Amino acid sequence: MKIHEYQAKAILARYGVPVPQGEVVFNANDAAAVARRLGGTVVVKAQIHAGGRGKGGGVKVVKGPEEAQQAAQKMIGMDLVTHQTGPHGQKVQRVLVEQGLKIARELYLGLVLDRTTERPVVMASPDGGVEIEKVAEETPDRIFKEFVHPGIGLSAYQTRKLAFALGLQGPQVAQATKLMTAVYQAFVGTDASLVEINPLIVTEEGNLLALDAKMNFDDNALYRHADIKELRDLAEEDPLEIEASKYSLNYIKLDGTIGCMVNGAGLAMATMDIIKLAGGEPANFLDVGGGANAEQIRNAFKILMSDKNVRAVLINIFGGILRCDVLAEGVIAAVKELGVPVPIVIRMEGTNVEKGKQMLNESGLNFTTADDMREAAEKVVALGKVHGSTHR
Amino acid sequence: MAVLIDRNTRLLVQGITGREGTFHAKQAAAYGTTVVGGVTPGKGGTIHEGWPVFNTVAECVRATGANASVIFVPPPGGADAILEAADAGVPLVVCITEGIPILDMMRAFAAIRGSKTRVIGPNCPGLITAGQAKAGIIPGHICKEGRVGIVSKSGTLTYEAIHQLTKLGLGQTTCIGIGGDPLIGTSFIDALSLFANDAATEAVVMIGEIGGNAEQDAAAWIKQHFKKPVVGFIAGQTAPPGRRMGHAGAIIAGGKGTAAEKMDALREAGVHVVKSPAEIGAAVKTALGA
Repeated sequence: MKIHEYQAKAILARYGVPVPQGEVVFNANDAAAVARRLGGTVVVKAQIHAGGRGKGGGVKVVKGPEEAQQAAQKMIGMDLVTHQTGPHGQKVQRVLVEQGLKIARELYLGLVLDRTTERPVVMASPDGGVEIEKVAEETPDRIFKEFVHPGIGLSAYQTRKLAFALGLQGPQVAQATKLMTAVYQAFVGTDASLVEINPLIVTEEGNLLALDAKMNFDDNALYRHADIKELRDLAEEDPLEIEASKYSLNYIKLDGTIGCMVNGAGLAMATMDIIKLAGGEPANFLDVGGGANAEQIRNAFKILMSDKNVRAVLINIFGGILRCDVLAEGVIAAVKELGVPVPIVIRMEGTNVEKGKQMLNESGLNFTTADDMREAAEKVVALGKVHGSTHR
Repeated sequence: MAVLIDRNTRLLVQGITGREGTFHAKQAAAYGTTVVGGVTPGKGGTIHEGWPVFNTVAECVRATGANASVIFVPPPGGADAILEAADAGVPLVVCITEGIPILDMMRAFAAIRGSKTRVIGPNCPGLITAGQAKAGIIPGHICKEGRVGIVSKSGTLTYEAIHQLTKLGLGQTTCIGIGGDPLIGTSFIDALSLFANDAATEAVVMIGEIGGNAEQDAAAWIKQHFKKPVVGFIAGQTAPPGRRMGHAGAIIAGGKGTAAEKMDALREAGVHVVKSPAEIGAAVKTALGA
């Protein structure tokens, strides 16, 4: 799960990471009030989950309440387009108004779980303020890493190694130790999957602060973090994906025209791939889960049919233990109830597969059956083309 | 011959009184696996479906001589169940549970690595040796004793590969679902090195997916050490970057972990990489000259 910058800063501050003073607001008048209270130069920052906000006009340095009001006015309600949002952008609903700071240096600090070593890795770079992927690509020797033993936690010597590598001096080293330790505590304390402070700044006065902050969380651990779960911002998510998540369906909307309904994540990805190989474009990723019961199939159809780009549907269920006649019954009932207006190709494997096929073929509904994945993909792509040119 | 699990396996089930635990304990027994009992804390001393239930894994091992465990417990207790099995000295621990917090697994692995316990999973379908025994949820009836080993991050996609091999008459030795989480107990390389020493396994199907670099690591290892033919498929060739495709580990992050990257690495290592999941079986047949 993702959260906004201001929320990440609040969490990090709670663990002792220094952050600029500021407040989130939902309208321009409040932005002016916060600017007045902070005094002097302030920064108005659009709060959307995507990165790259500055280039899209989502970050503005202004003087005084009036300018803050104008900047907020302009930002709130705008569709902010960044390299991470896609061409339509993301609507800005809230802005963070923060004290302006005089920046001497921009550094980078990040913390993720490294799969290979199975340990959290703290990454630091003197080249902050740019995308870390770019630094990793062009000057990998400018990224310093410390791997943390889960049982010991981040050691002081590790933070000192990083601090000196960043070129910090004097009291800044102690500040960095404190800050990095706090970031590590926040990471493990909240079950984060990512903490990124970019830039971590050194002010002209010589103090370290998190000027920007990003935190992602392990969805599987949210059950033990009710406070973080509450920070989910549904406005940042695709409405169909939100709907699907209510039914515990694993759904991701894509841009193609062939809807697919599959059991299992790997097979669902593979089904998308084979649709593409057959000359079509998948409209979605959809894993209905291991059971693939009648209720889930009905819910899945509801979601698929809400996507108006879908011209044909491929159902690919490898049941194994699941009975295909029961599956067929569920599909028939769902299609009858919902009146699915596009052709449906079904490929299923499991117990009683012949009986299941017979039920589908005799149902009088718009079903096509297939024996294997390739045949299914070819049939659904062909039907989607015909249907796309004549209907909807 | 086979790897990890066979007729000598004595399987215990953690979470045996739950719905999934009960169902799959019965399925495993019906396939011919020696299921010796189970563990549900608080229900020790009772009999469930004919099997003795114990409060702790240690008691169960002592009483039954279990040498493998399969775990069907809810995610909050998943890592704990693995640790308990390792503490009891169980050499093979298969964790089916999906949704265990990653930091729980990080701590569990930090404790277990280097011990004599091998973990399969979590978030996996388990493993099966065709015609002998199974621990997990892979349907037995689609398997056929044969010549090909399978190692895969996916569940149902593994069934697809098994099905293709069975239809072509090639059959399987052992099929290992290693799981779709970012941290897993047994890697592609671990599984491949087992298959390398198994005389019955003449070829291996390796099914990977987007995310991480386990497939690239495996490719480098195969190039150096693995002499048998390998057929590879990578799921997620059409997956958008930055999105988690069902499995916790299946995500292209910062442009890394793409299917193309993995397929290239495998191809470079001499693996027969198929673009279509429908061609896995046929590619094995060609590779074996069968």
